[in-house]
Amino acid sequence: MGVGKVVLVTGAARQLGGRFVRRIVHDPQVARVVAVDAVPPEQDLGGAEFVRADIRQPVIAKVLAQHSVDTVVHLDVTGTPLGSGGRTQVKETNVIGTMQLLGACQKAPTVQRLVVKSTTSVYGSAPRDPAVFHETTPVKSLPSGGFAKDAVEVEGYVRGFARRRPDVAVAVLRFANILGPDADTPLAEFFALPVLPTVFGYDPRLQFVHQDDVLDVLVLAAFDARRGTLNSGTFNIAGDGVLLLSQTARRLGKPTVPVLLPAVTWLGQVLRTAGVTDFAPEQIRLLTHGRVVDTTQMRDTLGFEPTYTTAETFHDFARSHGPGLLPPARLAAAVDRLAAAVPPAHGKEQGPWPTPR
Amino acid sequence: MADAKVIPFDEDSRGRRGSGRHRPGRGRTPAPGRAADGVQPPLAAVPEDGAVPQPPQPGIPAQAAGGRPVEPPAGEPPGEPRGDLAAAVGAVADRVLGGDWERKVASGLAFLRRRVTGEYEVDEFGYDAELTDQVLMSLLRPMFGAYFRVEVRGIENIPAEGGALVVSNHSGTLPLDGLMAQVAVHDHHPAGRHLRLLAADLVFMMPLVNELARKLGHTLACAEDAEVLLERGEVVGVMPEGFKGIGKPFADRYKLQRFGRGGFVATALKTKVPIVPCSVVGAEEIYPMVGNSRTVARLLGLPYFPLTPTFPWLGPAGLVPLPTKWVIQFGEPIPTDGYPPEAAEDPMLVFNLTDQVRETIQHTLYELLVQRRSVFF
Repeated sequence: MGVGKVVLVTGAARQLGGRFVRRIVHDPQVARVVAVDAVPPEQDLGGAEFVRADIRQPVIAKVLAQHSVDTVVHLDVTGTPLGSGGRTQVKETNVIGTMQLLGACQKAPTVQRLVVKSTTSVYGSAPRDPAVFHETTPVKSLPSGGFAKDAVEVEGYVRGFARRRPDVAVAVLRFANILGPDADTPLAEFFALPVLPTVFGYDPRLQFVHQDDVLDVLVLAAFDARRGTLNSGTFNIAGDGVLLLSQTARRLGKPTVPVLLPAVTWLGQVLRTAGVTDFAPEQIRLLTHGRVVDTTQMRDTLGFEPTYTTAETFHDFARSHGPGLLPPARLAAAVDRLAAAVPPAHGKEQGPWPTPR
Repeated sequence: MADAKVIPFDEDSRGRRGSGRHRPGRGRTPAPGRAADGVQPPLAAVPEDGAVPQPPQPGIPAQAAGGRPVEPPAGEPPGEPRGDLAAAVGAVADRVLGGDWERKVASGLAFLRRRVTGEYEVDEFGYDAELTDQVLMSLLRPMFGAYFRVEVRGIENIPAEGGALVVSNHSGTLPLDGLMAQVAVHDHHPAGRHLRLLAADLVFMMPLVNELARKLGHTLACAEDAEVLLERGEVVGVMPEGFKGIGKPFADRYKLQRFGRGGFVATALKTKVPIVPCSVVGAEEIYPMVGNSRTVARLLGLPYFPLTPTFPWLGPAGLVPLPTKWVIQFGEPIPTDGYPPEAAEDPMLVFNLTDQVRETIQHTLYELLVQRRSVFF
């Protein structure tokens, strides 16, 4: 197709969808971008064509046919409601919306490529699980509800679609926790709390992916694969390295309140009811056992190198949110004052302790 | 924490070396392992933090407990360090006892600074190398050196680099043997290697325990994690007996239980790393398990609930282990790189190798038991 692609993006009214649309709208490979969402976007879409359509309705098939769409980027798989509307509506959009969209794609002969946003929470998170999940790791405990369960179901429908339309290149991108200056994920909300409730006796390992890297990898998956890489299949997308929850709290300068696990569940419910944060059960599981994924496939097969590591992503996020009650800089200065009180010796360098590495 | 030790005031250690003055710590043995850096055979088990504060009397060997290989500095008369050996020993003692304490304080503060600001690294398994080296190992060391007086043999059988799978017997009701093996490798291996233990899922279900286990570098005993670690060239420790070994009755002590399904051998074959058999003597007697309350175990969701002569009866005091004398012997490595790539899929070969490892450990256990003079000395 020499004239350029027609890309349909769902979930365009959200931060991520809007940014993605703006990112690709002037791409030379793209002829037209059709941005779809049930509500009009608040942000400017940079000249893309916005079609107000609910993907839960069959109208989406008409949109596909009308514009002869050849690439579908399905970003309307999210954990948080947009504007009003509770969990039920989110779940419907995730699951029924995906079914409707895939049904429409199946009937649209022009569709060549499908990219679906998923999440690493499809692996669940349990003490019986291996420490590092690969794309092929069999899941020991399926998520029991919430966004994670939606994502598992969405992936199931996508697999079915891939079987029925083998001519369509399908990429499922399982993103780790997306963070960045303006990411609107439940975990970002959690880190915005003044005091971070943690689960007593657990220090989960967390992995983040930067919002800019998310856009980059979506672009990589939405267009033809570069030479020597393959951009269809299922890929874990995460920044390098790992941060413990205790580390993130210290880097943010926020005090933590360890709460016993049963109480956390209860507290989460209260906070959810009060609308302070979307402290869903799967978030609690993440904050209990943590989750780390292997990204070898992302590097070797997809050929994607994230710009930000987990720590850099978190740094960027922390910088944009300002320090908390215990700013790390002030704590460090306190320690430095203490150090200054010690009679100066041979300078401060890595110590004489056995410090093997 | 190490700052609480006897601190020789003022002088710079290096300047003082030839002065011939007796200084605290001369009678003590140098730090094991890496601190000794090939100065002496790193085999002696040494309390570093445990038995500190007594100002050592000249001429009295560092430890009263016998049955240990000769430790060169113990018999050395105080004063007049002679020759290279003495100089080296002096340097080692300085490093342990803090010749330049200011630097120690500074590095302690630097450590504190990194901790409060969160600027430290953990690997994807949650292994916090800095915390392990500087805090957790120091907490375990008194138990290793002063309490169980662990004697480490054959540490050189763990390769200086590249992956290796250490396979050990498992005993003692609580998994102290794994922790002691970890200290043994950490403190005694000349290349300063770290033993990454594979632990039961129960460990990762318990609050606090799971956190500490992850920070110590342990991970779940499953083929996926073991493979990742071995391919990365780590030394991985596994106890294939699992709960059958650690929770066996006192009457069955030193009788190896079934070695699982040989999954560890398959993993070693797949990653082509040598298998190092490891035999631990002494751990069986720390909590003599004379009974097992299945009802309580079921209620608490535990694999067993031990009844020892002291445990539930004396309350928390019953948790104090008996001060047995331990020996940890690492055996000759069994190479696995000579097998074809499909060997891991060959159940016959896997079973044979499993048996070979098991027999080796069992025989070593019997030999060590014959040599042992007493459970406690």
